[in-house]
Amino acid sequence: MIGALTVGQRQAGLVILILGAVVGLAMAAAGAGEAFGAHGLIILAFCAALSFAVLARLDDPEPPAERRRAYYDDPIKVGIVLSMIWAVIGMFFGLWVAYLLAWPDLTLDAPWASFGRLRPAHTTAVIFGFGGSALIATSFHVMQRTSRARLAGEFSPWFVLIGYQLFVILAVTGYLMGINQSKEYAEAEWYADLWLVVVWVTYFVLYMRTLARRNEPHIYVANWYYMAFILIVAVLHIFNNIAVPVSFGGSQSYILWSGVQDAMMQWWYGHNAVAFFLTAGFLGMLYYYLPKRAERPIYSYRLSILSFWGIVFFYVWAGSHHLHYTALPHWVQTLGMTFSVMLLVPSWATAANALLTLNGAWHKVRDDATLRFMMVAAIFYGLTTFEGSFLAIRGVNALSHYTDWTVAHVHAGALGWNAILIFGAVYAAVPVIWRRERMWSNRLVEWHFWLAVMGTVIYVFAMWNSGILQGLMWRTYTDAGTLQYSFIDSVSAMIPYYVARAVGGTAFLIGTGIGVFNIWMTIRQAPEAHLALDRPTSPAGEADDRSVPAE
Amino acid sequence: MSVKERDPLTGHQTTGHEWNGITELNTRVPRAIWWFIGITHLWALVMWILLPTWPLVTSYTKGILGLDQRELVAGEIEAGERYREHWVVRFEGESLDGIRQDETLMEVVSGAAPAIWGDNCAVCHGVSGAGGPGFPNLVDDAWLWGGSDEAVLESIRVGINSAHPETQFSQMLAFGETDILTREQIRTVVAYVQSLSGLADPPPQMREEGAMLFADNCASCHGEDATGVNDLGAPNLTDDAWIYGGDTETLFVTIHDGRMGWMPGWEGRLTQAERKMLAVYLLDVLPEEGG
Repeated sequence: MIGALTVGQRQAGLVILILGAVVGLAMAAAGAGEAFGAHGLIILAFCAALSFAVLARLDDPEPPAERRRAYYDDPIKVGIVLSMIWAVIGMFFGLWVAYLLAWPDLTLDAPWASFGRLRPAHTTAVIFGFGGSALIATSFHVMQRTSRARLAGEFSPWFVLIGYQLFVILAVTGYLMGINQSKEYAEAEWYADLWLVVVWVTYFVLYMRTLARRNEPHIYVANWYYMAFILIVAVLHIFNNIAVPVSFGGSQSYILWSGVQDAMMQWWYGHNAVAFFLTAGFLGMLYYYLPKRAERPIYSYRLSILSFWGIVFFYVWAGSHHLHYTALPHWVQTLGMTFSVMLLVPSWATAANALLTLNGAWHKVRDDATLRFMMVAAIFYGLTTFEGSFLAIRGVNALSHYTDWTVAHVHAGALGWNAILIFGAVYAAVPVIWRRERMWSNRLVEWHFWLAVMGTVIYVFAMWNSGILQGLMWRTYTDAGTLQYSFIDSVSAMIPYYVARAVGGTAFLIGTGIGVFNIWMTIRQAPEAHLALDRPTSPAGEADDRSVPAE
Repeated sequence: MSVKERDPLTGHQTTGHEWNGITELNTRVPRAIWWFIGITHLWALVMWILLPTWPLVTSYTKGILGLDQRELVAGEIEAGERYREHWVVRFEGESLDGIRQDETLMEVVSGAAPAIWGDNCAVCHGVSGAGGPGFPNLVDDAWLWGGSDEAVLESIRVGINSAHPETQFSQMLAFGETDILTREQIRTVVAYVQSLSGLADPPPQMREEGAMLFADNCASCHGEDATGVNDLGAPNLTDDAWIYGGDTETLFVTIHDGRMGWMPGWEGRLTQAERKMLAVYLLDVLPEEGG
């Protein structure tokens, strides 16, 4: 893969890696003996390892110019593999936390293995490691295919993908060492945040440049969503992380916002991370892989427009529903609640658009587990968005907030919608990208499908039960007008549900393991296919010079 | 290329665009969606009219219901207090014995006290009151500051070594840290103290030496006979109740490093009625439940 880059690109890469190694070394020196110094060593090791890989190939011959007539799929391959690695790591952490809640001794009496550190490691590894890598990889795939254009640049896709990995590694290892700025889903400290800004802006520029070179008059819906995802995540990330470091030689920083403004900023970020990272980006994925696999036209273009603008407009108002009954002014809560309810229409319209697209292809849904993954994802998307709007209503939130109902809601989305959609998209993309006839084993795809669905359903039902039970126990009064249950009563009552949740999570992770094995075997052993037209061509189907970027 | 085709299945036209094999139908937005939009937006509009919603320059729209979450909470708290008032007043006026003899008050205790205990006391003393290392067992007969109604109520009210201005203060000196006793002497005292409750049987000479050291250093708080002094919060060392442990190692640490346990005063957090409820629960209900 490194050999497919030009010598100049390899040299540029080496320069950046050496610069990174120097920064790592400086951090290691400044923070010697502290977690910050350990992060310096991690950066140093990361850059050094990649430098050696590049050095080994530095003198390889220049790649043929002919490559520019093909799509650039190398970063997609690496992105998919990285995404699956993060899936296993992140879900393993998740499973550990699930068992830990049922059997508290599993914390090993070690600080790094305490709930407070494992939990952000889990959420970050699955959302940003697994989900983010999948988003980057599929966005590279989708934008090239739907634009009939090769990626604009051969170096920047690697910068984005690999640089992003460094961010996730810093985040996850930091949490285990105790570096955490205490903002949910934005726990990474200032230097990791700054690095992500550089990576993300490069991503946006790369995306716009590729779109600008498209060989299609219109931009396909999937690209609207990917574009919204990249742009808004940049804005959210920057505003929620404006912090002043205590020193450049340490990890500690203080956020610019204070008090309730900080809380509002955090949940504006938090909710829109769900909206634009886990919804908009994934809708881009759904809008490409589902109709492609079903071989059906999108049910309604008009519905696509209506729901796209509905989603991007309404979501950004809804964050305050995370702060019902808090110091946040009442009027902000009402706004968040009402916009959350109005948001339901475009969400459901999108789910309906996806499911109605399957009309005429239901026999394929029956026979093809890959398409069934996507169909189930669309259903969970619909269920979760309904639940989200419902939970955003203040009176409902009074029961559900701070209970496991929230955990059920999040995992209906994260497992049922995000993870299951990624698996469908990956099963659809892997044979295309690696030029294989099909996945190595369709039976294993079936097994994965049923394990994933079963795991999700067990998980979500367990947490619905435990959440509603908690909410009710916390608000049950005796005839005398005092609380019926102490908090510890409600903790004891959770045990059966926590065990059930761990069982569901185990099934889900086993399914993921099967998927990883199947992908690996597909890359290694599945019969090769020759996809004659899977390269940038003009709409007429002929090779067109416009699709070949100038040197 | 913009060729509009008709989808044979639905009869709808495509938009005429095609991306990597994907086309789109020009199906109109289903009527149900417009209804759905109408209903949710109408609901939102009604909420905006009724509730505080839109920011203005220096204020916000108050809503015709005039609701404010802070006033609502204050109102609900007040209503709760009014609802409980009839028995709260009686708890305040009664002694613990009076409460014990009043069936309706005892019903309130058995309904309300477990949750108050669970949320405030159980985290240290355990749900059953049996305590744990560092936290005294409250369902046995051993009391640091006394087990009478008044003593228990006072301990709950002001705590031990707490921030309460009238707190009960108690500290066991660090005899080893401050070089009052040598390590050898501490070992001797440990053996002597253990012998008081039959945990050890040291040779007579060691016992004698230990008794002397005890009389010189420990008896001022724990009493000549080592049965403890409630006024000082000094425990009885002749029974089998131990806060930190009666084994040789733990006793050595206790004497060498000293001890200074801590219990919050609950006067600012729990009402008088709640504290009385807890005292009755602790003295009468918990021990009966098997401790």
